[in-house]
Parts: sequence; structure tokens; C-alpha cells
Amino acid sequence: MLLHEWLKNEAGTEKRPGYPFGFMDEGAKKEIRRCILKAVAIPGYQVPYGSREMPIARGWGTGGIQITLSLIKPDDILKVIDQGCDGSVNAVNIKKFLAEVADVEVTNDTCAATIIQTRHRIPEEPMTGRQILVLQVPYPEALREVEPSEMETRRMHAEADYSRMWLYLYEDIVKYGEITISYRYPVTVNGRYITDPSPIPRWDVPRLHMADTLFLFGAGREKRIYAIPPHTEVVPLEFEDHTFRTEDFSGKACARCGATGTFLDEVVDNEKGGRSYFCSDTGYCDKRSTTCSR
Amino acid sequence: MGYVAVKGGNEAIERACQVFAHERMKGDSAPLGVDQVREQLYLAVDRVMGEGSLYAPELAALALKQSAGDTFEASFMLRAFRATRPRLGYSLAARTEKMRIIRRISSAFKDIPGGQILGPTSDYTLRLLDFDLLEDDEARRAAFKKRVFSHIPAGAEIPETFPRVIRILRREGLLEEDLGAGRKEEAVFDITRQSLTFPAPRSATLQALARSETGGMLALAYSSMRGYGNIHPTLGELRIGYVPLTIRHPETGEPYTIGEVKVTEAEVLARMQGNDGMPKFSLGYGLCFGQNELKAISMAILDRCIRAEKPSCPAEDQEFVLYHTDGIEAMGFCNHWKLPHYVDFLSDLDRLRKAQDVARAGKAREDGDAAA
Repeated sequence: MLLHEWLKNEAGTEKRPGYPFGFMDEGAKKEIRRCILKAVAIPGYQVPYGSREMPIARGWGTGGIQITLSLIKPDDILKVIDQGCDGSVNAVNIKKFLAEVADVEVTNDTCAATIIQTRHRIPEEPMTGRQILVLQVPYPEALREVEPSEMETRRMHAEADYSRMWLYLYEDIVKYGEITISYRYPVTVNGRYITDPSPIPRWDVPRLHMADTLFLFGAGREKRIYAIPPHTEVVPLEFEDHTFRTEDFSGKACARCGATGTFLDEVVDNEKGGRSYFCSDTGYCDKRSTTCSR
Repeated sequence: MGYVAVKGGNEAIERACQVFAHERMKGDSAPLGVDQVREQLYLAVDRVMGEGSLYAPELAALALKQSAGDTFEASFMLRAFRATRPRLGYSLAARTEKMRIIRRISSAFKDIPGGQILGPTSDYTLRLLDFDLLEDDEARRAAFKKRVFSHIPAGAEIPETFPRVIRILRREGLLEEDLGAGRKEEAVFDITRQSLTFPAPRSATLQALARSETGGMLALAYSSMRGYGNIHPTLGELRIGYVPLTIRHPETGEPYTIGEVKVTEAEVLARMQGNDGMPKFSLGYGLCFGQNELKAISMAILDRCIRAEKPSCPAEDQEFVLYHTDGIEAMGFCNHWKLPHYVDFLSDLDRLRKAQDVARAGKAREDGDAAA
């Protein structure tokens, strides 16, 4: 269904009278779509944009929300996850808002969704070229760790002057014998820009490489949009003798669905004093559990 | 099982929202009218309009009621509301000389052309709790008004415009040149449509400061005046009043006055070395919606500070000041730490445990070497 048809059909029955389809005014959505196109054209480059204030607080996914709202159509199927979970407080809140102002169908099933908005995870099930993953970003600047000034980091990117980042990793190894960056692991995109993949765990980083899916990154507070288009090289920073490694879940399995090849949440079980592990991707875990019980 | 706790649950969230709304109405008091907030808590309304960057007293009052008096939340609601409205155009540059003044003071000169007008201010009140207000009612208000208005002498007419104090200094060559003088009115850098780049153009700087959070600006301005900086400001002029706004008619191009906004304007003077080696005063400028003197003065000081050529402290660093004084952004990000961080924390744990293993192995090796 086209937007103007939706507007015609739904006139008078809007859930939120006084608010336009997709909350933002049309000019704003168009402007954001233009920035997205630029971001796709220059993989890993942070495109500054006129970030609007959403009715959800800065730092709670407003960059992702603006991307989703600028792209969403009435026939889209939306999935929202936070830390892998569909039912997490923030995911529920964002989903409620998006569904209300765009009136779209929502789902927990990764395969059924056309747009997935996420905070800190990439779904376990492989996504296709017909789907878009929108990642919420708190710190778009991968170099912020080594340089607080925006003016300076922009120069560093322009000149591909990444020596301080490499030095940082080297010093980490000297100090701790390991690269201690846990999540938000910096990657080189398309052989050019060092990019912040958002606070996904290292587990998810390899899945950005040569993927079928378009990854869009939105940082609302910092007013940046960037993208990793499909089939783009994404290489985590590493040394020959200190290679990039993902989190180690060897010997552990999900206590609910029995999965072994997924990112696991560690849950402290007070009653037993022990620990259990559960899939962080709850949609996938639900799917496996129902299939198994059937 | 712990699994349930990981999910927030639709219903729990719904209930939390309801409990929050209920807190406001659980007492026996009469419902608070938005008109009461607008008229009787007008300084809060002014503050929220400024930080929310939307001049809409009625909506600001509504936001204050809805947020139970939290000015951060209320400003945030106004900002979010802005996002739903298209940008229709820009006004012409407002001329603050045309301000309909309700208060105007200078601390640079004892007597200024047009005179010092104290106006509505709490500056000269004793901050003693007025227990009479506990019994506020119509009769008391009527008596108060009678007392106040019965003894007013027939005063002189208030002039239509007031000359600027700084003009006197500029005429005598004591003040730097007007930054805008001789320049054609140029397109403003609209910070709601473009993200800031550094060094930020002046129109962007002033916009960002005008919607910054009062407390945050005060903290930075105070750091500068207290010692982390070298600006010793004099308040050249502080004005509060109503400024007419004009737009150009889209068809005819004729200017039209579309209304007026209440603003506070501050101009501070600080010494500097001129480009020609001649010491002069330089000007810091502050302007914000409503009556918010603390903010306008802080803004003027920060505006002057961030024009330092070599920043020597946080308040002089343009990027530092502009990035960290926006209340909406700061509050949102600070609050976001309440969100789940299970995945990141687990990733952190993984690295910490690994680093501990490496450290333990190293120690064991050292101990082994020592024993041998």
C-alpha cells in the first residue's frame, strides 16, 4: 500500500490525532533518507545529519528510530530487539511507539521481518538481502577512545591517520597480554574507514563481513548516520600474532533450547548459587524451543 | 528461573506508566490547571520553552504538568513535539532595540540613557519563606493589588526604544567592532537541520547555547569566572521584554510582524587585546526565551569564553561547551544507563576473565622461576 492511500484510508481513524504518519514531518524523513544514501555510497563513513528529537530519550535508540521511521511503509513488518531480546523494556517501548505512529505489523520472527531495529546484537538467524538491520549507536566514533575532539577525529578519518588506534591496541597487549576491547570492537570497512560497529559483542562482528543484508547505523544524540552495505568487507582490527577472537562459550549451552552455537546470556541463579546460560536472541530461542517440543 | 527477569514484559511497562501518572493525582488536591502553571509558575514555563526551544507557553505549561514539574522532561516533550512540525521559514533578524522592556539594568554605569528599570525580579527580595502564601486566596490577592496600585505616582512615559549601553563604548573606540556590522544578513546555520561541525559558525554557536540547559551552562560559566579561565566579565546590559518578530511575505516579499516573544538578553564586556595591538573590550552575547537571567548571563560569558584563540580550560573550548550543555541530550544519555547492558557486560566479563587468566599464568611462571 502506498503512503497516500494509507493516509486516505486511515483519515479520521488515526491512533494519534495530530501526529503525521511516521511521526516526523515528511521533509525530515526525506532528508534522513538522503543521508542514508550517502552513507551507503561511502561505507563506514559517518554522515552528519540534522537529528530530530524523538519522544524517546536521547541515548535510548533515537538514531535507530529516525532511520526506521524514515524508511518504514505501512506494509512493512517490524521487529525490535534490545540485547537480543524482543521483550526487553526498551525494545517493547520502541516497538510500541513505532507501531503506533506507523501502524505496521510487528513480529518476533527474524525471518518474517522486513526491518529489524536492534540495540547491541545482530540476530542469530542469517538475514537476507530483502531485509534491513537498523542498529542503534551510542558512540559513532571508533576513535573516540583515543581522541576526544570531534574536529581532530574527522581529520584523522580524512587522512586515514589511524596510527593512534593501532598503538592503543598494541599498548593493550603490552599491558594485559590481550586486546581487552570487549564489545564495540573497531573494524575496517571496505578497506578504508575504521568504524564503530555499535556495542555488539565480538561474537557478532564477523557477521557484518560480506553479508547479504544492509546494515544502517543511527546515532541520534551524536547526529551521525553510517552504513555497511551488503557484500562489503568488514575486518576487525588485529595483529598477525594477536588475532581477533570472539567470546568463548565452549562447553556451554542454552539451558532452555539446548543451542550451543549462539551468544549466551549468563544468568546468576540465586537459589542454586550457580550460573545458567540462555540464548541472548530470545526470538531464535523461542523458535527452537517450540520446534523441539513439537 | 532467572529467564523471566530478562524480559521487561508489556504489562509491567504499561503499569509503570500508569503508576507514574497516578502519583500526580493520588492526593486530595484539586487538579492543577494548565493556566495556573502558565501564570503562576511562569519562570518554569520560560525555562522549559528555552531549553525545549519552542516558544509555546501553553504547551510548556502542559508539559510541566505532565512531567510533574521535572523541567528536563518537560523541555524534552517540547523538543519532541517540534520534530512533528515542518520548518515553514525563518524570521527576519529581530531588532532587540525595539524590545518592549519590562526590566533593564546595567552594572557598568550608574546612570544609562533611558534609565535603569528594575522590573520584576527576585534579586532584591529576602529569601524568607512567606508563610502568608500558605493561605493564598482571592481576598488576599485583591488586598495586595490594592495596596500596590493605589500609591503609584503618575510616572513618565516609557520610551519606545532604549539605546544600547554598549553603543556608548563602541562610539568611544573602547569596544571591539560589531561582529555583524557591515555584513549582509546571511543564511543562518540551522542546528536543528544540520549537525554541528567545528569550529562552529557563530549562528550555530548562539543557537546551541540558546537552547542549552541552564544548570549546565551555569556550571561552565561559573568555572570560568571562578578561576578556570581568564574572563572577568562586566554586565554591560541585561534586558527583559517582548521583541516583535517579522517574516517576509512569501509572495510579496513585504515584512510582516507576526507576534512577539518574551526574551532575556545579556551583553557582557571583557578585556582583550585587539588585532591592532590596542587593548579593547570584547563582547559576549546571550539571548534566550522568557525570563531566565542566569541563563542569559551564563550564555554571554560562555559566548565570550569560546572565542578564545587558544582554549586553556573547558569553558573556553567550543566543542566541549557546545557538546555538553544540551540538557535533553545529556539527560537522555545519562538515563540510558538504566537500560539492560547484559550483552556488553558479558562481553566485558569474558575479557576480564581472560586477562585474569593471562595475569595468573604470568604470576605462576614468575613464582616457578623464583623457586628454581
